[in-house]
Amino acid sequence: MWWRSASFILDRQQEQNTNLPPNPESLLLSSPPPSMADSLQNPKPDISAYYQTRAAHHAVVTNDWLAQAQAAVSVQTNDDVSSGSDGRVAPTGGGTGGDNKTFSVIDEFNSWRKQPDLAEAVAAIRALAAVIRASQATTMMELEIELKKASDSLKAWDATSISLTAGCDLFMRYVTRTSALEYEDFNSARYRLIERAEKFGEISYKARRIIAMLSQDFIFDGCTILVHGFSRVVLEVLKTAAQNKKNFRVFCTEGRPDRTGLRLSNELAKLDVPVKLLIDSAVAYTMDEVDMVLVGADGVVESGGIINMMGTYQIALVSHSMNKPVYVAAESYKFARLYPLDQKDMGPALRTIDFGVPIPSKVEVEKSARDYTPPQYLTLLFTDLGVLTPSVVSDELIQLYL
Amino acid sequence: MDPRRTARTVSDPKVRQVGFFTPAPPERSISDPPRFQDPIQPPSPSPTQVNDQSPSGNSLSPVMIPPAHHHSDNFLRTALQATSPPKAFSYSAKTVTIPPENEDVASSFSPGRKVVSAKSPSSFPGVKASSVPASELTTVSVVNLPPGISEKAGGASVEVQNDRPVSAKTLKEKTSKAERRALQEAQRAAKAAAKAEGTKASSAASKVVTSANTKPSKATKPSSQKNDGSQVAASEKKGGDRAPEKDRKKDAPHPRMQYDDKSRVEKAKKRAVVKQTEARNRVELFRHLPQYEHGTQLPDLETKFFELDPMHPAVYKVGLQYLSGDIRGGNARCIAMFQAFKEAIKDYSTPPEKTLIRDLTARISSYVSFLIECRPLSISMGNAIKFLKNRIAKLPLALSESEAKSTLMLDIDRFINEKIILSEKVIVKHAVTKIRDGDVLLTYGASSVVEMILLHAHELGKHFRVVVVDSRPKLEGQLLLRRLVRKGLSCTYTHVNAVSCIMQDVTRVFLGASSVLSNGTVYSRVGTACVAMVAHAFRVPVLVCCEAYKFHERVQLDSICFNELGNPDAISKVQGREEINYLDGLVNQENLQLLNLIYDATPSDYVSMVITDYGMIPPTSVPVIVREYRRDHLWS
Repeated sequence: MWWRSASFILDRQQEQNTNLPPNPESLLLSSPPPSMADSLQNPKPDISAYYQTRAAHHAVVTNDWLAQAQAAVSVQTNDDVSSGSDGRVAPTGGGTGGDNKTFSVIDEFNSWRKQPDLAEAVAAIRALAAVIRASQATTMMELEIELKKASDSLKAWDATSISLTAGCDLFMRYVTRTSALEYEDFNSARYRLIERAEKFGEISYKARRIIAMLSQDFIFDGCTILVHGFSRVVLEVLKTAAQNKKNFRVFCTEGRPDRTGLRLSNELAKLDVPVKLLIDSAVAYTMDEVDMVLVGADGVVESGGIINMMGTYQIALVSHSMNKPVYVAAESYKFARLYPLDQKDMGPALRTIDFGVPIPSKVEVEKSARDYTPPQYLTLLFTDLGVLTPSVVSDELIQLYL
Repeated sequence: MDPRRTARTVSDPKVRQVGFFTPAPPERSISDPPRFQDPIQPPSPSPTQVNDQSPSGNSLSPVMIPPAHHHSDNFLRTALQATSPPKAFSYSAKTVTIPPENEDVASSFSPGRKVVSAKSPSSFPGVKASSVPASELTTVSVVNLPPGISEKAGGASVEVQNDRPVSAKTLKEKTSKAERRALQEAQRAAKAAAKAEGTKASSAASKVVTSANTKPSKATKPSSQKNDGSQVAASEKKGGDRAPEKDRKKDAPHPRMQYDDKSRVEKAKKRAVVKQTEARNRVELFRHLPQYEHGTQLPDLETKFFELDPMHPAVYKVGLQYLSGDIRGGNARCIAMFQAFKEAIKDYSTPPEKTLIRDLTARISSYVSFLIECRPLSISMGNAIKFLKNRIAKLPLALSESEAKSTLMLDIDRFINEKIILSEKVIVKHAVTKIRDGDVLLTYGASSVVEMILLHAHELGKHFRVVVVDSRPKLEGQLLLRRLVRKGLSCTYTHVNAVSCIMQDVTRVFLGASSVLSNGTVYSRVGTACVAMVAHAFRVPVLVCCEAYKFHERVQLDSICFNELGNPDAISKVQGREEINYLDGLVNQENLQLLNLIYDATPSDYVSMVITDYGMIPPTSVPVIVREYRRDHLWS
């Protein structure tokens, strides 16, 4: 079985295509500088910024967006890693070096976040790296304090985003206990941190590859997979399965109100995977045909449960009662030190919902964008740390943060 | 000690375990160890990297998250258990038997027979039965077998010696068979007993076997206190190079005194300071627990106050307070005990021709056994005593007496401050985040941490209601209720009988715990399990608040095998209500057994979350805390 271990597969992969990792940050070159005025506080505090971005990224695709994405992909494949990072350091350094007073970590974050292929946590860590770069601190302690402030303001800016919080925490954790601190020279330590942060995008991509590899054992020929929402990891898993010539079909829920399922079904149709679209309420109806449920996660919490797009919980409940396995694909940087006890235990992430018809003002609308699925309804988690049972998540988190 | 732990300590952030970091540039890898357990790392490490990695965890592929335990680990452990002193029959001073509870483990790796060289202790963990050269016959002592297999070995030591050169392989084949044969032989021996079938060896064997069958627990229990002392003393004798083994020995579960074992109980009685009279009608299922008449010893003990030379007055006082129930609650008992020990250490002076480390350990052990006689130790006190003894054992020999004493007293203070007081504060900080406006919180009994949580949440201006659930006979909830009402919280008070009615209004259940065991079982005041189960049925989250020093690596499945029995009179009579006297005159009836349990075990299924000083964790992660932190913080 050793040849099926992740590292071995990965090794082989790397031999095959060394230049594969895309370099999404190269996009930044073309992205317009954000205006400073509205950036310091969240323009619409009652609407979850995280889900807004997600909606913008994953909702059914407009033509111009497609064109943009296509362009991005071509840039990515042509560009290689080193030239991308060289090119990027210059503009950010120039922009912030001029006047440090107006540098804002939130702007930085937002500009990173605009890129559709970039995970939220990656954007957060990139933004923190920019803070290090812009900082004029001369000691590690100063730098740490500055970073702490920046990450706090980031977290406060969008409290609804779990991966933003987790990303910030993770990076802060790294800064406080990195071996870089052992370097005598402050500058080399600082450089080290920046380097780390910059490679994080790559890591996030690789994590997705590992998860895709690991989950191949679970997708067997002839199986039917129910998918909810649009998740880059899930797409990667299914894509890899299709590339491995597995015969399977996918049921996509519609994913109201963002209609993220439509987008996923588009992507899968491009890969020639048989797809069937379901309305969200047809899950129980189709469940007896389904062999497994595969979902992504916005965040994996300490209990081993997940926080994900609205509707995941009820799908998990239905599949639990019909004894179907529920698999979650999530990168380990989504592990968060949160412990919701029930659905209302987290701050709600609100979003606008378009019903197509005017709703009378007396009628209340449930606007929450996500729900919490407790661990007892999940079968396994596919992460870049391996295939875990839900209870191991807490083990990893304890080792990570304590 | 534990490779997994040590590998992680220095220079290397635990962060590396999450797929966050890229491989370090190779030229750096020599100066600093691989700083990440990055699954993405191309598996072509330089030789130096390989050396840096810990044997168990880091070199594994990321898929295998829980590093497989080394077989040798197991082996070491069994070897150590084999050498631990407790025993039923000894043929010579050096003879050691394998406790039967380890029978399966022991037999799985070195069947039937274990031979350990007692005279060359430094080499013993690696010694296998077959590896001892026959020429060392004189120095080699025979490790006895579990009773099942012992008929042969018990027969004559000559026979054993003849056997020894047999290769390990043949021995292995024998073992499982040997056990089965032992049983058969036992039956046969019983039948043939009348025939008085002859040889000395076989009659001895049958005696061993039958006694083992009738009282299976007999061989397992050494006297608890005595063993404590001897074990520590024994482990000290050996040099500093054996420190890890000593630690492992401490890992081995400590056999408890079983009170249905008559001979042990007799022995223990002889030593006892407190003369407890046994209850007349002992509850059948709980015979293994001490069941005494309550309320008789106190006056007797008080008169003895001035006669007891070895007992320090502070310890004596605390013991009496335990006995009378003046001090109760895990934290209070633990703090009181430590304060008394501190007094005792302060007044301690090493007797001539003795060393402080050994004498003080023995002294503490005798105090502990006195306290046990007054009231069985709680698990948290057990942990605390382990800590103290460990500190004593690790005192540098060069320290002068006064320095050693002040070090110990500082350690005690530090334990009380960090492990109890500070961790309560941290727990409060965590727990308060789970209280929202409009909540109805239910608590059972009186837990000091839960009280602090409620009061602090109230100070923060949160609006919530409290339901205090209480039960006979202790009615501890009333004390809590009194303090809460004084502070202006709005409270409801009810008895546990009504918990199913009140539960539908409740949004959170906060419970204290006497201990949390490593399978997530919560060991707490009797009635807690009932409350937790009702809450679970109503889908109300159950939050257990427990300091990490109360965690224990034991696994317990029910509340029978380890528990404490209270005064049966407390449940048969209602104080102050003379008209309720239905049981008058019945208490001494043969066919009436009154059972007043003090604790019960709540299965982890009913617990949503454990709040501890390390944060909020699911009950499944208790062993992680025990594994990762106990060793560092408590034992070091």
